[in-house]
Amino acid sequence: MYITFDPGRRLCALETLLEADVWHTIAHGVGEAHSMGFPMLVPFSPWCWLLLLVVLKCSEASSDLNKSTNSTAQHEPNVRFAAASSEADEKISVFALDYDYVQIPYEVTLWILLASLAKIGFHLYHRLPGLMPESCLLIIVGALVGAIIFGTDHKSPPVMDSSIYFLYLLPPIVLEGGYFMPTRPFFENIGSILWWAGLGALINAFGIGLSLYLICQIKAFGLTDVNLLQNLLFGSLISAVDPVAVLAVFEEARVNEPLYMMIFGEALLNDGISVVLYNILIAFTKMHKFEDIEPVDILAGCARFIIVGVGGVFFGIIFGFISAFITRFTQNISAIEPLIVFMFSYLSYLAAETLYLSGILAITACAVTMKKYVEENVSQTSYTTIKYFMKMLSSVSETLIFIFMGVSTIGKNHEWNWAFICFTLVFCQIWRAISVFALFYVSNQFRTFPFSIKDQCIIFYSGVRGAGSFSLAFLLPLSLFPRKKMFVTATLVVIYFTVFIQGITIGPLVRYLDVRKTNKKESINEELHIRLMDHLKAGIEDVCGQWSHYQVRDKFKKFDHRYLRKILTRKNQPKSSIVSLYKKLEMKQAIEMVETGILSSTAFSVPHQAQRIHGTKRLSPEDVESMRDILTHNMYQVRQRTLSYNKYNLKPQTSEKQAKEILIRRQNTLRESMRKGHSLPWGKPAGTKNIRYLSFPYGHPQPIRRDPKVADFTGDDSSDSELPSIMFKPYPRTGTLQERRLTQEIIPMKSFPRGGKPCHFGYPRNTSQEEHVGAGRREALRPKPLFHAVDEEFESGEESEEEASAGGSRWSAEHRPSKQYHRSHSPLLQRK
Amino acid sequence: DPKRCSCVYFEVDLNPTCRLLGGSASLLRLYHRFRALDRNKKGYLSRVDLQQIGALAVNPLGERIIDSFFPDGNLRVDFPGFVRVLAHFRPVDDDDSGMRDPKQPEPLNSRMNKLRFVFQLYDLDRDGKISRHEMLQVLRLMVGVQVTEEQLESITDRTVQEADEDGDGAVSFLEFTKSLEKMDIEQKMSIRILK
Repeated sequence: MYITFDPGRRLCALETLLEADVWHTIAHGVGEAHSMGFPMLVPFSPWCWLLLLVVLKCSEASSDLNKSTNSTAQHEPNVRFAAASSEADEKISVFALDYDYVQIPYEVTLWILLASLAKIGFHLYHRLPGLMPESCLLIIVGALVGAIIFGTDHKSPPVMDSSIYFLYLLPPIVLEGGYFMPTRPFFENIGSILWWAGLGALINAFGIGLSLYLICQIKAFGLTDVNLLQNLLFGSLISAVDPVAVLAVFEEARVNEPLYMMIFGEALLNDGISVVLYNILIAFTKMHKFEDIEPVDILAGCARFIIVGVGGVFFGIIFGFISAFITRFTQNISAIEPLIVFMFSYLSYLAAETLYLSGILAITACAVTMKKYVEENVSQTSYTTIKYFMKMLSSVSETLIFIFMGVSTIGKNHEWNWAFICFTLVFCQIWRAISVFALFYVSNQFRTFPFSIKDQCIIFYSGVRGAGSFSLAFLLPLSLFPRKKMFVTATLVVIYFTVFIQGITIGPLVRYLDVRKTNKKESINEELHIRLMDHLKAGIEDVCGQWSHYQVRDKFKKFDHRYLRKILTRKNQPKSSIVSLYKKLEMKQAIEMVETGILSSTAFSVPHQAQRIHGTKRLSPEDVESMRDILTHNMYQVRQRTLSYNKYNLKPQTSEKQAKEILIRRQNTLRESMRKGHSLPWGKPAGTKNIRYLSFPYGHPQPIRRDPKVADFTGDDSSDSELPSIMFKPYPRTGTLQERRLTQEIIPMKSFPRGGKPCHFGYPRNTSQEEHVGAGRREALRPKPLFHAVDEEFESGEESEEEASAGGSRWSAEHRPSKQYHRSHSPLLQRK
Repeated sequence: DPKRCSCVYFEVDLNPTCRLLGGSASLLRLYHRFRALDRNKKGYLSRVDLQQIGALAVNPLGERIIDSFFPDGNLRVDFPGFVRVLAHFRPVDDDDSGMRDPKQPEPLNSRMNKLRFVFQLYDLDRDGKISRHEMLQVLRLMVGVQVTEEQLESITDRTVQEADEDGDGAVSFLEFTKSLEKMDIEQKMSIRILK
């Protein structure tokens, strides 16, 4: 600084040259201090003296420097910079330090690292995440950093100002929310979500703003200088709830899907609505400074509100389609796929902001629009990259905001007004209660499954404020808001209260409201039966299916299939993680079977356990305990009906592993039944048809062979007995070596022992006995079209049921007319 | 042709079916679901239709659950039959229990019937007892591959032993209900959306 604006620059340089030795020592000293990782902990008063000396000398040379040299701390780095640059002229220093140059990224990196380490620690103790939301941890870390900065009189780098927040920090957070939104349940509940999230935010903003304005009229509180607009603005920023932290609790407590979506939708849309309102009110406040606001302006403001929102969404959708369209052509340069996704999302944000539209809604809409098509287009690795990168970016943004919140918590920038803070806290709760109960009372009239009072209580209690409110409060322009400090303090109090108290207690509350008779499992029987019932319940729920049937959605579905999908996605490129999983699974399994299956069949043929003597020996309690332990840990988990979303992490798909295992087993059972089929009285002669399903290598589908069969199948419904041969068509039959080996080895199976003693092939444990028991039901032996449908739960979740319901268009190529077959999306028919 | 299909569906009198569910709203929904599952519009569901439900394919008990829709070796289930099975999972109404006519048969969603439904998932041969063998089969279905066959065998022994009071080496329905008497079956076996 002081070189550059100095008219007597050369003089100054001269001075510093003279002082070169001194500078060296300073540089060393600073270097040591910083390399210890505590940037400002070391007192630097001795250097200040030196600095002052230099400053004095320089000011002698150029008198107009005086004004700017009062605060020493700020100048210290600049002096060093000056030193470094001047030194370079003379000689190359062996060791130099330029902390100022790196300060911002350096400290930001340290913050993020610190937060990451804290997160690692947080998750090491597995019970902690269940106790409190992760944002608590981030706030604590932030407060810690704030304390360090405050204690060392350091000034935190200016990572947070209005443009940085709105241009860099906010978009990743919103993008992540939009991208990870569960599309199907969102659109199933979209009416209630919009009603609640949109109107709820408005009611809260105006309710809180107006009631605080009334409080401000009471002279005793000393708040009379806060006018209505300022109060409304505060209301709009304080009503931006961030209930994502609550979702983790929901997931664990398995709340119902609509409730989950209400909270998710609120988290998603609330930011957008609050920011739009905030910006409009800021504009009003600016205007109000110079002139009075007329009713026309208010009307214009309302119109603006709608245009900003709708326009933003419109922009987002356009950009989403463009981005999806472009990823259609990236198959040869898949490395740029994530880039396209991110850049287009960001572009939608920027483009919308350029036109003063809501960038937040634009980026959300963009993410939602493109997600479905992009995921089909991009490669598996790009897909993973996109997911992780998105999580990472948003988590960095949020960490920064929380740390900044901690930093500004500790410090002198507060104005504590008891009345204002207490009433804010009270009004936040009151207005949330009012808006929840009023709005849900109305929307319940239109819902088939209304939200119960319990649900409403949970929604009321989940009004946790977060990073958004703080940022908006922090960014209030001081010129328009003389009492900004008080607003910031009140916001902080509300955030701390909601995050810590509500965030920690909502888990127990949900569990309490969800009154389940506490079942301390005492016997193995209970353990087993309960798990069985859970699986049963999950299965029956699947049979009942998704409930909503929206005509609009069906229409969109058709439109999507007919036009959008054709334009936006690559042909024959169905790619979802689960499809590739099954490809792999099948491949592996087939290989295993070829290599070991037949051989190991003898090794694994466990003698029938009939000879076991049972009921005689008593087991010790420890044994029982260990058994229960084994059961608890090894029984398959029940498929989660509730959605899972974690703002800070991507869950490893444990369910995939389990699904894989179950599928392998089932496949084995099928194989068993097919092999044994011919030995059973009702079985067909082991003709070639029965064996066909064993041919696994993927090839191009062979419609020539299939079509006639499809045709006559669709005509004749009762020909159930023909199913076996048809069901396994997904395995095309291009002969490869493995296949031939397979069939060669299978056919001799006819000569395998038949009847009475079941043989265990392939896998040690399968349910071959079942076939004997269920002898009367030949259907049990029928091979199943497992792979048509398996993906439902896994893919985007959005496709799931309606695909099956739409006449099985996607997963059941057999039953469709042959001309449709060719453009089938079934991954099974198009694998390579 | 949707019209023809609905005619096929409505050949049967749906009134008793409606009574099973206690309301026509959920009946209508189930009816939509039924038609969605019935892919060839044939008027009944076959096993294959249910196997198309992806989540059921990865449910360890998927096959057994499907079996329960096809009692007595039937190959197809019509809409009333479909509803009859699902009616077991209707939540118990609070007002149901008090004013029920004692002459009428117990509703399908009573505790006993819910338990019986579960019991039949175990009892494959329908002899009214869960034999050791049947217990083992269920355990095999539900326990991951990490557990060895031996462990499984001894767990089975223990499970049967624990519930078996009369010492016949099998669990009767009575013994089964006893082992679950502390459980809130009504809640465990109810699906909210069937209300």
